[in-house]
Amino acid sequence: MNHLASQLVLVPVIVPLLGAGLCLAFGRSARAQRIISILTLTIVVVAASALLWRADQFGPQAVNVGGWPADLGISLVADRLSALLLVVSTIVTLTVLLYSFGQGIVEFGRDTPLSVFHPTFLVLSAGVSAAFLSADLFNLFVGFEILLAASYVLITLGGTEARVRAGTIYVIVSLISSVLFLISIAAVYAATGTVNLAALPERIAALPEPLQLVLQLMLLLTFSIKAAVFPLSAWLPDSYPTAPAPVTAVFAGLLTKVGIYAIIRVQTTVFPEQPLRTLLLTAAILTMVVGILGAVAQSDIKRLLSFTLVSHIGYMLFGIALASEAGYAGAIFYVVHHITVQTALFLVAGLIEYRSGTTQLDRLGGLARAAPVLALLFFIPAMNLAGIPPFSGFLGKLALIQAGTEAGDWLAYTGVAAGLATSLLTLYAVAKAWNRAFWQPRDENIENDVPSTGALHPGHRTMTEDKVLRLPRGMALPTLALVTFSVALTVAAGPLVGVSQRAAAELVDRTPYIDAVLGDVP
Amino acid sequence: MSVDLALIVAIGVLVACGTTLVLERSLSRILVGFVLLSNGVNLFFIVASGPPGAAPIVGASDERMADPLPQAMALTAIVITLGVTAFGLALAYRTWQLEGHDDVQDDVEDALVIRRAERDDTSASFDEVDASLPEEEGADLPRVEDDVTQEPDGGPR
Repeated sequence: MNHLASQLVLVPVIVPLLGAGLCLAFGRSARAQRIISILTLTIVVVAASALLWRADQFGPQAVNVGGWPADLGISLVADRLSALLLVVSTIVTLTVLLYSFGQGIVEFGRDTPLSVFHPTFLVLSAGVSAAFLSADLFNLFVGFEILLAASYVLITLGGTEARVRAGTIYVIVSLISSVLFLISIAAVYAATGTVNLAALPERIAALPEPLQLVLQLMLLLTFSIKAAVFPLSAWLPDSYPTAPAPVTAVFAGLLTKVGIYAIIRVQTTVFPEQPLRTLLLTAAILTMVVGILGAVAQSDIKRLLSFTLVSHIGYMLFGIALASEAGYAGAIFYVVHHITVQTALFLVAGLIEYRSGTTQLDRLGGLARAAPVLALLFFIPAMNLAGIPPFSGFLGKLALIQAGTEAGDWLAYTGVAAGLATSLLTLYAVAKAWNRAFWQPRDENIENDVPSTGALHPGHRTMTEDKVLRLPRGMALPTLALVTFSVALTVAAGPLVGVSQRAAAELVDRTPYIDAVLGDVP
Repeated sequence: MSVDLALIVAIGVLVACGTTLVLERSLSRILVGFVLLSNGVNLFFIVASGPPGAAPIVGASDERMADPLPQAMALTAIVITLGVTAFGLALAYRTWQLEGHDDVQDDVEDALVIRRAERDDTSASFDEVDASLPEEEGADLPRVEDDVTQEPDGGPR
């Protein structure tokens, strides 16, 4: 293996952190901040793409940081799964960054530097990359903490009453899950003497079965809180909607998926035996159904989208719980699809809010005529989310349903039925939002009430009439780019499904990952 | 593996007190609880490192060395706890500035949905195509707003 090329694994973690430092140093110049952030994330996108290509061609790329042997030091590994998620997440992060420039320019003027936002955003990106790449549990924890610390700052940005209230819930839940994660790590270390994901499988298998089960349950519990799996999902719809649009978008796209990634990794690599299949399948079904029922009851677009986010986590968990190669492949494809589409929808929600001063369905209306481009931008990802053919949402759901019917037991069939029902209800929820916000004429009776939504979402400025008429290009173009990317996932579904299946095969095989980490002695 | 009983008891007390405090409403108490919990977990790392030994410096002593890895992990965890606690304290102070207390609030929109359910009202997302009840809609909306603006003071303590 070419040792130099595998050093690319370090880039997605180190470069954003350097960029964040530079951004802080140039905190007074908005222009310098913009250039540094874009340059940083572009480098990361290129490096991640190169990593995906190499991981697909030559097998997992591993680096032992500092030259320590793998089970003592920190190893970073990019196999197909990590590299694929890394590519998608960094592309999405870059788009959201561009959107936030647009919004920043519109709201604060071209020359006002957002001194905290950009460095924190880059740190978040570094944390996500570190979590995707790390090959030991403790470094995974550190990656989680990096992205969580950044997310604490982003979710309470501006320190308004609503954001502090929502942020407090988020921070406390994250603190508890971090403590649980630490307890799990200490327990794993006490039982096995290592936290390296590649060294663990052998040592875990040597433990008595009840102990294995306890360790697996503790880790799954921790990751389920992060991934917002029902019944550990109540924090998400309460805390996400109040943050600024780009922040909510990137959280919705990435943070829960990091939890899902951790579940996939631990389930496949460390605990290949699946004593918890029934539990996971039940949790997946409940997450889908309860989440989407919550979405149906909502009257605010952002909250509605937060509930669909929870609901669709259920699809990914369903694929993981099936524990078959087809199930993992479906789950990986669905993660890629969902990161893109959910982020795009939240960006569109930000545009709606900018255009109308609110995301309350009661107060919206007639947008299809007033802003046809916005209508199109909402319609495509919304239909994609609901799984209308030929979009990637349909393909992902199809792959999962096929995997479910392949498994063939009654619980898997229940999951398939729940998936279909959830898909229909998602269509109902987004179609309702579409009808009320875009097609139905605006209710004149409540026209004058618009500013009073400030009671629910203070901190969001209501735009004056002349500004409202045009969508700012800086916000619309990145959204358009992301929607185009989500459509491109449909067009390029063949290669993408191919990579997902190869990634799943690699996960089930396990040996490439383990060999790459343990065999790579510097 | 032989384990120090005193450590186990200390962990038990710390985690029990921490859990109790985390279940409180006030953010500053939750933070104290979090600190206690984290210290309990850090001690757990020391337990996980096995029997005590000499300082883990190669060549410093001929005795059996202690396992340095969990110590490194505990140190990292301590640093992270420090940073996060500082942020949490800032958050508690900001809540106190804004609202005069640092109680963690229930979600406003949840309360709204519950109140609608108690009134046996349709949810606000209900699609009323012919809108045949204009006076009820008009009477309904301002009342909902009033409830919302009062929420921060009247919320549960």
